[in-house]
Amino acid sequence: MSVSPEMVVAPPPKPVDRSALIAVGLSLLFVVVLLATVAIGAVSLSLSEVLSALMSRISDVELDRDQVLNSAVVWDLRLARSVTAIIVGASLATCGAAMQGLFGNPLADPGIVGVSSGASLGAIAVVVLQISAFGIWTLPVGAFVAGVGTTFLIYGLARPGREGTDSSRLLLVGIAVNAIGGAFAGYLTYLATAEQLQSLTFWSMGSLSSAKWLTVGITVGPAVIGIALLMIWARPLDLLALGERQARHLGVDVRSLRRKLIFVTALLVAAAVSFNGTIGFVGLVVPHIFRLLIGPGHRQLIPFSALGGGLLVMMADLAARTMDPPNEVPIGVIMGSLGGPFFLWMIWRGRTGRADA
Amino acid sequence: MIEAQDITLRIGGKSLLDRVSLTCRPGTVTALVGPNGAGKSTLLSVIAGDLMPDKGHVRLNGKLMSDLKVHDLAQLRAVFPQGSAIRFAYPVREVVSMGRAFRDLSPDGDDRAIDAAMSQAEIMHLSWRDAQTLSGGEQARTTFARVLAQDCSIVLLDEPTAPLDLRHQERVLQASVDLARRGVTVLAVLHDLNLAAAHADRIVLMRNAGIAAEGSPSEVLTEARIEEVYRQQVCVITHPKRGCPVVLTTA
Repeated sequence: MSVSPEMVVAPPPKPVDRSALIAVGLSLLFVVVLLATVAIGAVSLSLSEVLSALMSRISDVELDRDQVLNSAVVWDLRLARSVTAIIVGASLATCGAAMQGLFGNPLADPGIVGVSSGASLGAIAVVVLQISAFGIWTLPVGAFVAGVGTTFLIYGLARPGREGTDSSRLLLVGIAVNAIGGAFAGYLTYLATAEQLQSLTFWSMGSLSSAKWLTVGITVGPAVIGIALLMIWARPLDLLALGERQARHLGVDVRSLRRKLIFVTALLVAAAVSFNGTIGFVGLVVPHIFRLLIGPGHRQLIPFSALGGGLLVMMADLAARTMDPPNEVPIGVIMGSLGGPFFLWMIWRGRTGRADA
Repeated sequence: MIEAQDITLRIGGKSLLDRVSLTCRPGTVTALVGPNGAGKSTLLSVIAGDLMPDKGHVRLNGKLMSDLKVHDLAQLRAVFPQGSAIRFAYPVREVVSMGRAFRDLSPDGDDRAIDAAMSQAEIMHLSWRDAQTLSGGEQARTTFARVLAQDCSIVLLDEPTAPLDLRHQERVLQASVDLARRGVTVLAVLHDLNLAAAHADRIVLMRNAGIAAEGSPSEVLTEARIEEVYRQQVCVITHPKRGCPVVLTTA
């Protein structure tokens, strides 16, 4: 009974692959939503106005007064904000997919390695202690540094690595460090004045209202490089589904992969949250939806998550700024009201287990 | 070729392996047997590169383990581990293909190798099934197919037959013998002494972190030795067709 060619059976027909269809549908929806986000707002524009406003900065045409105004609204206010939404959503969703893959747990989110809570603590410290070392940049810089620093602290304390220890130690150390950080944050919040509290609340629920081309310029490069790296690491991420030991048997250097994934995730998430505040659920929900739609393979899951995450944050931000004009509902409120029910649905479907598998 | 020399490993004050030496030649199947806790799986883990011994060293095909990177090791040896669950809903064929993911072989041969491995393990009909929904035996056959697909010259199996039915126990060990006939070095931890006796060229009997006996099945599996090592009364008869020893427990 050896493996001789004549004994090889033919595989059964492959089930229909719907991922191409989903990709096309998703891309169309993406373009429509993107156009909607630049058309809808305090000044609502028609499709032709949007297109001519978009063209105005690309081609050399004479503009009348209205067109100059439209062009400014579309380019300087709305498009910068939509692009920010895409960067934030794509970063959070792809990092969520990567962390879920690394920890083998569909309930992991990009904040699992402490970056979000660290960034929150940094932001709270900047506001309450009235630090202003970097002028208007102090808050994002403080949040970024504290977010990345917290992840490094957790990684250093857990020192996952030598054979034997696995990623679960990172989770435990993460819980402990988050508890300590939470206590500091709580104490600082207790010291805060009413005015400071208001701006803290705003930060903790997220808002893209500070989006500018300058912030886009700062974050777009790292985001593109980070997401590209996650795509390059898609195959080893797949093998991690077998567990760390078996992934090593098959040639994945788990220790180095884990270090790289955590480093990139910390940078991407810190960049996303430091300008815009914490935006929950994108990183958890988006990869989960696409795992159900197109399967768990990361070579597809990561690009789909990037597209889907951008789409979701664009839609949430559109809702956030149009539901109660001229005020803005914090984006976290929108996400929570979408993400919460989704989370419940996941639990009811019994898909939450396997965390310990 | 597996050469393990003076392997000593202590964890938490307990001696798991005490100066164990073992050599497995290409073209042979070696069965590692012994009572629970004797150190079989630990020795296999050291040879697989999962555990670093405190003392001693392992050479695979002449290369010192400590000089090999994770990627190099995956070119040399395939491992069938005890218990393997997959965390997300990958289709079975995708799981088998993971055996090829980091092999320095031309991807042109991948499909043929995967087809052959899946046919051998009789899991072709499960190709597109979600691997999380498989039974224990089907899961083990999927893992075995993955090991075959990795196509290494050293194959390490940790209780590959435990969750399998009669037919597939036989098939998996037959396939291992076939690998050996083509020059592969096979080392398998087996609990079933009769399966070991029927298929292995050589049996290594472990006890208390060391090797109690090694040799051909009929040399190692004697009543006196089994009773001493396992503390269980047995009688050993000869297989009427295969001529190898058969171990039966008695009260």
